Amino acid sequence: MDALVNEFPRYVEGFFGTLRISLFAAVGALMIGTLLAGFRVSPVPPLRWVGTAWVTVFRNSPLAVMLFVFAFALPLAGVTFPTLGGNAFFWPGVSALVCYTAAFVCEAVRSGINSVPPGQAEAARAVGLTFQQTLGAVVLPQALRTVVPPLGSVIIAMIKNSAIVGAFGVTGELFSVDAANTAIGYSALSSLTGVAIAYLCITIPAGLALGAIERRIEVKR
Amino acid sequence: MSFRKLAAVLLAGGLALTACGQQSNLGSSAPSAPPVASGASFPEGSTMAKLAAAGTIRVGTKFDQPLFGLKGLDGKPEGFDVEIAKIVSAKLGIPADKIVYTETPSKIREDVIANDQVDMVVATYTINDARKQKISFAGPYYIAGQDLMVKSDNTTITGPETLKAANARVCSVSGSTPAKTITQYVDQANIVLFDVYSKCADALRNGQVEAVTTDNVILAGLVSTSQGAFKLVNKPFTKEPYGIGITKGNTAFCQFINDTLKASDADGSYSAAWKATVGTVQPEVPPLPAADACS
Repeated sequence: MDALVNEFPRYVEGFFGTLRISLFAAVGALMIGTLLAGFRVSPVPPLRWVGTAWVTVFRNSPLAVMLFVFAFALPLAGVTFPTLGGNAFFWPGVSALVCYTAAFVCEAVRSGINSVPPGQAEAARAVGLTFQQTLGAVVLPQALRTVVPPLGSVIIAMIKNSAIVGAFGVTGELFSVDAANTAIGYSALSSLTGVAIAYLCITIPAGLALGAIERRIEVKR
Repeated sequence: MSFRKLAAVLLAGGLALTACGQQSNLGSSAPSAPPVASGASFPEGSTMAKLAAAGTIRVGTKFDQPLFGLKGLDGKPEGFDVEIAKIVSAKLGIPADKIVYTETPSKIREDVIANDQVDMVVATYTINDARKQKISFAGPYYIAGQDLMVKSDNTTITGPETLKAANARVCSVSGSTPAKTITQYVDQANIVLFDVYSKCADALRNGQVEAVTTDNVILAGLVSTSQGAFKLVNKPFTKEPYGIGITKGNTAFCQFINDTLKASDADGSYSAAWKATVGTVQPEVPPLPAADACS
């Protein structure tokens, strides 16, 4: 615990570093994941293929491997990412986290879509709505209510996964705080206890917020 | 694919892998072990007497540090640190095959000593005051220095003071001493940190950073495996004395290790250990540094 007390500014910096990665990644993953879920249930075969391929590739590869691909292999192949405050590894790291998490978001949202009674979509089509209108105005609003709990788990897992991004050149996030502390002589145990507490400061409020959202949009059936 | 077909493919793959493993094993050469002392007597109750009686010693070293402590396919670590551990053990009457190695990455080195999980740590372990609060050091047995590694065709970076003018991005490992030292020479924004040096080498190869900084001997290992892509700037700008970590306040054991190192320098086993390991990249055998006082 002495590390947390004496090196408090470093923990605060790490807290906001992790929060920043998590916010960017959560927004990106939720958007792309929902889009992919739409792809996977769409009547257009190529879109379904894209959705299936994405989920197959990103859900089944280790995140560390994906980070390696985004941080080193893609730049080698000529893909350049913008830098953030001079750091060339922030956006590759966040992109890998987004692509990885989007696969899980996609599957959660798809399960929600499947939970909407088929009569809803049939009725929407009967009144002349297109596929996009059916999905956007009728099915997704009902589906998203049921997927808040699993999506919450996906997002919280993503916040913790952001620690791996810290090993790929993104400095100033929580997990690298530990390396900085142990280097100046704190024991790993005392340093990591502080890191764990700081993660809880992000994940517990995130869980509470998700619970509040769930209650708010709940439909009594 | 039918189950039988699948099984056949898996089996063939497994055989191929096994074959590869054996082949690489043949290539590794084990440096000659120093002569094992026999019938040595130690003061009763000392660490040396305890270890000699047990006939085994627990050594913490790195498993991923080329030239110093690198675990090969045969499961045994090899390198200069390992050879130093063998020299000390031999003096205790413990043969090399009775040494039990534990992987000790930088972060846990003080903890494993304080928790009595190892008897000594030889793991590119820089002696400094923060660490001396928790453990004691014997040695040093080698003095490294922080240096820079750049691409072979780079002529603008010739030392740490040229980094700023070149607006160079510098890579190191987060939480390491070199990462802290380099902040004196470049802006914080131009420092890129990873968890291992191999990633820094990738970043340098891709042009995502212009220089990699850490102890010269670690860089030498990276240069040796880069197939001519990298070079060492060879202007060490710090002194990093590598010591052997032992339980805090165990002056008798510390003194014994220091005497052993001195003897190994005299009988040539120190230079033999160097030549078999780091010497493959840096042929010049360094002089054994004078030992610090044991405390």
